[in-house]
Amino acid sequence: MSKDWPLWEVFVRAKGGMAHRHVGSVHAPDAGIALRHARDTYTRRMEGVSLWVVPSAQITASDPAEDAAMFDPAMDKIYRHPTFYDIPDDVKHI
Amino acid sequence: MASLPPIDLPAGTSGEGAFDAPVAEPSREKLFDYLLRLGDDSLILGQRLSEYCGHAPSVEVDLSLANMALDLIGQATLFLDLAGEVEGKGRDGDALAFHRDVLDFRNCWLVEQPNGDFAQTMARQWLFSTWQKSLFDRLANSRDPRIAEIAAKAVKEVAYHQDLAAEWVIRLGDGTEESRRRMVDGLDWMWRFVPELFEMDGIAAEAVRCGIGVDVAAFRDDYDRRLREVIAGAGLEPPADQRPILGGRRGHHSEHLGHLLAIMQFLPRTYPDSKW
Repeated sequence: MSKDWPLWEVFVRAKGGMAHRHVGSVHAPDAGIALRHARDTYTRRMEGVSLWVVPSAQITASDPAEDAAMFDPAMDKIYRHPTFYDIPDDVKHI
Repeated sequence: MASLPPIDLPAGTSGEGAFDAPVAEPSREKLFDYLLRLGDDSLILGQRLSEYCGHAPSVEVDLSLANMALDLIGQATLFLDLAGEVEGKGRDGDALAFHRDVLDFRNCWLVEQPNGDFAQTMARQWLFSTWQKSLFDRLANSRDPRIAEIAAKAVKEVAYHQDLAAEWVIRLGDGTEESRRRMVDGLDWMWRFVPELFEMDGIAAEAVRCGIGVDVAAFRDDYDRRLREVIAGAGLEPPADQRPILGGRRGHHSEHLGHLLAIMQFLPRTYPDSKW
């Protein structure tokens, strides 16, 4: 049955204020059931407070064969990292 | 002269008799029996759903059913532990679940019915969870704080069971020709066990009178309305009424329950007090 169903990517928000994070995927016949399958599969142990599901077919991915052109040029640009600032201790999630 | 507004009487009081008349307490035996009904419904349906573990149509559905089974078995543990406490003979939830014979079970007929196919399972789940949701909503106001606490915790679980099952009833009823046929058959199989859910006997009436239990007959219309909405959403007609089957609350059961108990109780009865 599940191979007849489209795949959905699942994103979970662990707690308020945090971003939704990709956790995996589920098979489901439609968005409504996908949300429930995501709930039953990925939030059984209090992992989240909010869920998104997105049809996997709607995701446009970069081509692994183009990795070098896509990502290597960033490697030697350390000045793009904000590492030259002192971050106060009580600022979280950076 | 304007009249006074009507007074809302607490559940279980008649509004007659002396001011501040003491509220009746149910007898120990009746409260025990009432708790067995609550616990056994959840226990038996939880065991039925557990039969799907590893056998559901997809791994996601497998998890959905196992989650529901665990919710139900958790409820059963709480209700049966409390029943054992009320009984006062040293039995706990495990003793009541695994060392009682079939005639002593007080669950309704609906929950012991076989899984059949996925549509039949969902038909059963939907008819039961819709009822249990309304029951626990009201039971959360029980005068017995222990019962109210269990119901308040469980009602959130059951709200999800009701929602998930209704979604499947709609999708299967309004799906393919085959899924529709299966859902029609599933509802048809389970329909005759619905009237029992609303039966009020002496023990249920006593629990209501004492403000501890729920008058199930009072939410029958609301239940029927919810059923009609989902059945219409599934593009189906309600099944024709059949001769109702009653008696689970008095220990009369279908042959299916004995088979279920044989599997559920085999291990603890063969190896008492085993731990692993």
